[in-house]
Amino acid sequence: MHPILIIVFLPLLAAIVAGLGNKKLGFVPSKVVTTGALFISCALSWPIFLSFLNGSAEASVVPVLQWVKSGDLDFQWALRVDTLTAVMLVVITSVSALVHLYSWGYMSEEPDQPRFFAYLSLFTFAMLMLVTADNLVQMFFGWEGVGLASYLLIGFWFRKPSANAAAMKAFVVNRVGDLGFMMGIFGVFLVFGTVSIPTILQTAPGVLNGSTIGFLGYRLDTATVLCILLFIGAMGKSAQLGLHTWLPDAMEGPTPVSALIHAATMVTAGVFMVCRLSPLFECSPTALGFVTFIGAATCFFAATIGTTQTDIKRVIAYSTCSQLGYMFFAAGVGAYGAAMFHLFTHAFFKALLFLGAGSVIHAMHHEQDMRYYGGLRKHIPLTFWAMTMGTLAITGVGIVDVAGFAGFYSKDAILEAAFARGTELSHFAFFMGIFAALLTSFYSWRLVFLTFFGKPRWEQSEHIQHAVHDAHGHGHDDHAHDHAHGHDDHAHAHHDAHGDGTAGYHPHESPFNMLVPLGILSLGAIFAGIVFNHAFVSEGEGEFWKGALVFHEHLIHAMHGVPHWVKWAPFTVMATGLLIAWYGYIKNTRFPAAFVDQFGFLYKFLLNKWYFDELYHFLFVRPALWLGRVFWKVGDQGIIDRFGPNGAAWVVAKGSKAAVKLQSGYLYSYALVMLVGLVGAISWVIAR
Amino acid sequence: MSGFPILSLMLLVPLVGAVACLKAGREQARMIALVTTLVDLALGAVLWANFDTGGAQWQFTERANLFAGFSWALGIDGIALVLIALTVFLMPICIGASWNSIEKRAGEYYAAFLLMETLMIGVFAAQDLFLFYIMFEAGLIPMYLIIGIWGGADRIYASYKFFLYTLLGSVLMLIAMFWMVNAAGTTDIPTLMQYNFPPHAQTWLFLAFFASFAVKMPMWPVHTWLPDAHVQAPTAGSVILAGVLLKMGGYGFIRFSLPMFPVASAQFAPLVWGLSMAAVVITSLIALVQHDIKKLIAYSSVAHMAIVTIGLFAFNVQGLEGSMLIMLSHGLVAGALFLGVGVIYDRLHTREIDRYGGLAINMPYFALFFLLFTMASIGLPGTSGFVGEFLSLMGVYQASSWVALVCTTGIILGAAYMLYLYRRVIFGEQKNADAAAMPDLDTREWLMMVPLGLVVLWMGVYPESFLAPMRKDIAMLDARVAVAAPKGDAQVKKGAAKPAAEHEAAEHNDAQGEAH
Repeated sequence: MHPILIIVFLPLLAAIVAGLGNKKLGFVPSKVVTTGALFISCALSWPIFLSFLNGSAEASVVPVLQWVKSGDLDFQWALRVDTLTAVMLVVITSVSALVHLYSWGYMSEEPDQPRFFAYLSLFTFAMLMLVTADNLVQMFFGWEGVGLASYLLIGFWFRKPSANAAAMKAFVVNRVGDLGFMMGIFGVFLVFGTVSIPTILQTAPGVLNGSTIGFLGYRLDTATVLCILLFIGAMGKSAQLGLHTWLPDAMEGPTPVSALIHAATMVTAGVFMVCRLSPLFECSPTALGFVTFIGAATCFFAATIGTTQTDIKRVIAYSTCSQLGYMFFAAGVGAYGAAMFHLFTHAFFKALLFLGAGSVIHAMHHEQDMRYYGGLRKHIPLTFWAMTMGTLAITGVGIVDVAGFAGFYSKDAILEAAFARGTELSHFAFFMGIFAALLTSFYSWRLVFLTFFGKPRWEQSEHIQHAVHDAHGHGHDDHAHDHAHGHDDHAHAHHDAHGDGTAGYHPHESPFNMLVPLGILSLGAIFAGIVFNHAFVSEGEGEFWKGALVFHEHLIHAMHGVPHWVKWAPFTVMATGLLIAWYGYIKNTRFPAAFVDQFGFLYKFLLNKWYFDELYHFLFVRPALWLGRVFWKVGDQGIIDRFGPNGAAWVVAKGSKAAVKLQSGYLYSYALVMLVGLVGAISWVIAR
Repeated sequence: MSGFPILSLMLLVPLVGAVACLKAGREQARMIALVTTLVDLALGAVLWANFDTGGAQWQFTERANLFAGFSWALGIDGIALVLIALTVFLMPICIGASWNSIEKRAGEYYAAFLLMETLMIGVFAAQDLFLFYIMFEAGLIPMYLIIGIWGGADRIYASYKFFLYTLLGSVLMLIAMFWMVNAAGTTDIPTLMQYNFPPHAQTWLFLAFFASFAVKMPMWPVHTWLPDAHVQAPTAGSVILAGVLLKMGGYGFIRFSLPMFPVASAQFAPLVWGLSMAAVVITSLIALVQHDIKKLIAYSSVAHMAIVTIGLFAFNVQGLEGSMLIMLSHGLVAGALFLGVGVIYDRLHTREIDRYGGLAINMPYFALFFLLFTMASIGLPGTSGFVGEFLSLMGVYQASSWVALVCTTGIILGAAYMLYLYRRVIFGEQKNADAAAMPDLDTREWLMMVPLGLVVLWMGVYPESFLAPMRKDIAMLDARVAVAAPKGDAQVKKGAAKPAAEHEAAEHNDAQGEAH
């Protein structure tokens, strides 16, 4: 039995056991089953990755079951393992296993734990199906499967209206992207006569060369139509500009979910798709230009919003959106290796940041607003260090040609590739990327400074007030989740300590099972770049990827030849962002308020997320509901029923009254048309 | 199996059960009904097991001439086989759904149900034109009774509306049938399927049949009987209405309209496309604003059936097979959704969405099943809903990218209205004390839900079981309508210079674009 079968299907099995067993199975068994399954999958995935890394493995496909056979359309359930899959395997199973472990601590007060762990494992299964897909339809299966898991996990706290709304929004907005994906698959089948990914990629250059297709009444370049349709799917799943609105709202889900799904794995599926189909995208410079533009615009746009948000998770969510933009424009300029490298490093440091944020939220009694944090580094030092490692990694701290944190290697590779590509659009992407890097550095350090430095501002937080109140008054009313740490944590809180802004609250460091994942991910955030840099982006890249994605050797050479200022630009903007953040949030804390006073319009624009939600509500949601009511009340009831059956019923009613008077009417009806007789028969039965 | 009249037996068993039920009390009647339907289910399994996939087109044929060229002719192909299987599978579940909820005149109720089973199987098995017509129209009588006697408050209005609509089409179809028999000189359906009617006659014949099938389907704008019928019907009535009766329209198209009038079918394809596109968008939007659970699911049925007609009139294998799969899947999924509504209706006696909420708390397993069927309705890959929808839309894309685009928006709107429903009923706080006190599924309900759930997943993961029996029949139908197939708007043109190696592949692809 090929290990990939165990890697993929063990999480599914665990999800079924934990999900159906639920409370009958008990908390600990369901957690052991799911977490154990993920650690086994993870342990089996790393050897596969390492064998690809040292060049000893070859791409292979493990068939599982026939799926659909209809005319010329024929595809199986099958698991494909090549370098690209192997990279995704280790990312998914490692982060997922750690998130499972972390959730033991984070969700320990939750009464619905088995359901949570079942969903997590179900998600992992769907994600693994996505990355092992050998045909587009199985990829779509995984694609929608992770969407389902995401829906269920965002809405995990289903009593909260905001969580339900966010879950539904995530699913529906993703469906808009999926419409593109589905149309793309239809188009691919029409053009290639197959949905098998290897066959498509092999024949693409020949089939698509100069080919045109009729689409919606226009005659367009075939490759462009197909790639853009498929890319719309990627935009939905990876929350790119226009279809991004669901991602910030998705933060309603429990924080481990945000780390696993909305940072490390699911949202990168779009990048994976573009890389997987890179030979197809290479056939259309127009589509690649579109990818570059969307990526660059998103990385800038999301970063601007990240600078003004006050919810710690939303800052990281916009940061994710922005980093995905980097990955897309890397793919757009042809640096697929760099895109995958950033996906790889980003998975570690972004999962770390989210889990770190979760640890902060855990310590701060479910308070997520950074305005009510401050001075936490002395209270939760390990979390502080982990978050710092993550921030050093995301802001790309490092010295050119010496060493640096994970993000330093991958982000610099992307920026260099964008510059080296040398087209107008790639330069646009480069400058957008540089500016976004400045903003990234600013908002990331802003987060760290607001949370861990300065004086505590906890007393204004309602959550903290509740916690302190509960600890003193023993008023365990609706705060079932307080109990576990409520007793010993706050027992020694003092009322007279209020003067220091702590409200007498004492945050405690998270338990062991939450700190271990933070520690391991910190190692990833520090070393993932320096260790794997060579394999992912270098002249030797081709040997690593083995054709799993398109590799331009000349682009690698050009990247080495970029001017010095290009190499140093990321470092410079990183330092600048750090300085501004330091000035505004440590040195002169009145500065942000003064800035907001000065540029109120800009601030409001960013704080309200460029008004996308309002716009969409106005353009789509309200008209849909309005049209629904009109079609129902006016169309169905006012026109169709009124002139159709109701009119006829009126005539029949009049007629049958006459018939009753005539007594013999029934007989005639029977004799004329059998069916009209039924009216009488039925009337008789009903009236009896 | 050869020679054994299994189809007649399958028709006879429920008929005998129906007669027995008439005289029986409630307890006896439901037991008779259950045993009868289970026997028919077992016979259905035997039928499927003995069906020779890839063998003769018509199997288990029986023929007994009665009078004036009218004969008792039965026989099935793969298409009929899977629809009969759907019928006998849903029937015991319907009896189960009625187990406790039907109290008045139970004997007659179960008799009506069993009679309906006979007639539905008869529709799919009939090989004589008039036999088909009798089954097809008489099948409405028990349904009419079920709505009119055991239905909700507005049952009389709903049953009249149901009857009036269907009457309209039937008369025209009957006239067309007389004309056809006169012209072709036979009432034998397989012969008629090969008979080439003159093109101008096809036009009128097509429209006459269309009037009947479009109502049965139902297609927009002759769909308004369906929401009322569903809302007023008892649970089991809704299940069988959505599960099997709506499939008669689709079956009619695939058995009569397409093979008998291929030229007219092509001629009217744009009309069907237009009505279907309108249906997908309009009824989905209407479903979005419903307050009544059953009405919402009823409108969603209209939208799903529109994808069926789209697939049928795509005139290619994917479209046809996709349509068949949607019919099967919708039969299971919409049936299961109505069953789910019945489960909570039995407890709270209201269909008002706002009266529920937070059911995930007190009915977790119900919530799980309802989620599965909601997802299947949305067409999540891995469930039955996906495969059919995907194939149908893929089929129609080869004919027209516009139609495909408009109909594919159904996946967005479908997600919106179904998840909105799920959110209001299952998620949220427990607003109503009585809804919060409802117990989770009992054994009887588990026994109904589990088989449906398993088949929904089976059809999603391994649809080959359902595609294989009808593959050959669909291929023959595809060949029959090939003359009518539209050119398609894609018309992929290859580039100027092309290396010889790729030439063959490109050749094949161009053929794709044109042949389908």
